[in-house]
Amino acid sequence: MAFALKRTPLYTAHRRAGARIVEFAGWEMPVQYTGVIEEHRAVRSHAGLFDVSHMGEIEIRGAAALEACQRITANDVARVKLFQAQYNLLLNDQGGVVDDVIIYHVKPEAYFICVNASNIEKDYAWIRDHARGAVEVDNQSAMYAQLALQGPASQAVLQPLTALKLAELKSFHFAFADVAAIRCMVARTGYTGEDGFELYCHAKDGEKLWNDLLSAGAPGGLVPVGLGARDTLRLEKAYPLYGHELDDRTTPLEAGLEWVTKLAKPAFIGREVIVKQKADGVRRKLVGLELLQPGIARGGYQLIKDERTVGRVTSGTKSPTLNKAIALGYVSSEESRVDNVIDVEIRGRRVPTKIVPIPFYRRKGVAKQVEGGQ
Amino acid sequence: MEFPEGLKYSKEHEWVLVEGNSATIGITEYAQEELGDIVYVELPEVGEKIVKDDPFGAVESVKAVSDIYAPVSGTVLEINDVLPDNPETINDDPYGDGWMIRVELSDKDDLKDLMDEDEYAEYVAQQKEEEDDDEDDEEEDDDEAEEEDKDKDKDK
Repeated sequence: MAFALKRTPLYTAHRRAGARIVEFAGWEMPVQYTGVIEEHRAVRSHAGLFDVSHMGEIEIRGAAALEACQRITANDVARVKLFQAQYNLLLNDQGGVVDDVIIYHVKPEAYFICVNASNIEKDYAWIRDHARGAVEVDNQSAMYAQLALQGPASQAVLQPLTALKLAELKSFHFAFADVAAIRCMVARTGYTGEDGFELYCHAKDGEKLWNDLLSAGAPGGLVPVGLGARDTLRLEKAYPLYGHELDDRTTPLEAGLEWVTKLAKPAFIGREVIVKQKADGVRRKLVGLELLQPGIARGGYQLIKDERTVGRVTSGTKSPTLNKAIALGYVSSEESRVDNVIDVEIRGRRVPTKIVPIPFYRRKGVAKQVEGGQ
Repeated sequence: MEFPEGLKYSKEHEWVLVEGNSATIGITEYAQEELGDIVYVELPEVGEKIVKDDPFGAVESVKAVSDIYAPVSGTVLEINDVLPDNPETINDDPYGDGWMIRVELSDKDDLKDLMDEDEYAEYVAQQKEEEDDDEDDEEEDDDEAEEEDKDKDKDK
């Protein structure tokens, strides 16, 4: 069966810019423009612009909006003040992750949830089925274009295009403002481990916003960046990617996301399982891996110790910043200590691999708690 | 795009330089461009036998791993020692410093199945056209899609 692939409002602009287009989560997306490593380095040193319009947006509004959000997510939404954002998880009743999301408090009685492209329909159905009381749930995914401007020069690139005082916009805060005369929601969030912004605008304005940002930023080194570098950037920072590090059968405790599960807040779906797992301990944990010999570990490769399979790689690449082969993977708890050396099996060959602390990369001068939101 | 004269080319986008009974093998400019930044290369060892149309090694880009298929059968005489530490050499100079292995041919008839530079240039043009068609058309032509899938196997 053939399904038509979806295109973002920027598809034509990407083709014109010479992007290589690939299928991702049912979308035709640019994987690279000039090269993954070059684009990756541009984001670490200057700035890069990503089209992430494939991401979904679901709004929950009404008198019971907060109550509904509290019930369907693990983090404490009551702590998200108006115009603040929060990393959060939708859990199923087995404690597995339905999706990892950013939740924005957009109006006193409305929350805007940015969800993964691959999960839009699943999340929308899940939220509708589980959000009780006086709320409306609205899938607005087709209404928005979303651009991510990321890198140390992001603020300098964006400031000339907006009256919004960006220096006053803190991490995990957002504002509604005009950028290049286009109405946007400007959030200081991202998925690269650098300072930056995510801009939401009406789908029809997406191409103009993209072009205006690129023209304004080009002299300062701004380049378009594809999903290839988005993946290597997030991997260096050890941000999970749904479908790799997270899925319906993985719990936040296994994934190292205990900080997102706030057990003291009102009851939420999946809470009982998390409480029990916290008491009993988890059987496997997500760890960082560094290969000690040449090779690249890819998702699905087996992790082996003493002829026993002790885990599985979920994502791996060669880190352009560290120039080392790095990976994330799940390992049985007894083998998950830092500095433990296990083997990864790469096409029949065993390559020794050390468990290392994550993230692999952290930009200088940023306190840990600020980066992760609340 | 370059298609040096005097080389033989495979449908899997390897090139072969024949000198007497030996053949030097690498991947083409088109292949390296499709792969993107190459970060790791897996090669056979000297003395190993490679079999026409079977994978003899792999190249990894930041995105994915791709097998390299032997365009001819033979015994490995030499491997390019530069590649393990500098795999990006393949991107920089696919027909020169980025060569991969040199083999002793076991059957010169293997060369008959390969293309010359003009045939290969046309083959690449066709592939690009199919790619563009694929990207431009909303409707999929089943035959073409199947053909392209087959041809693209190594790029995935």
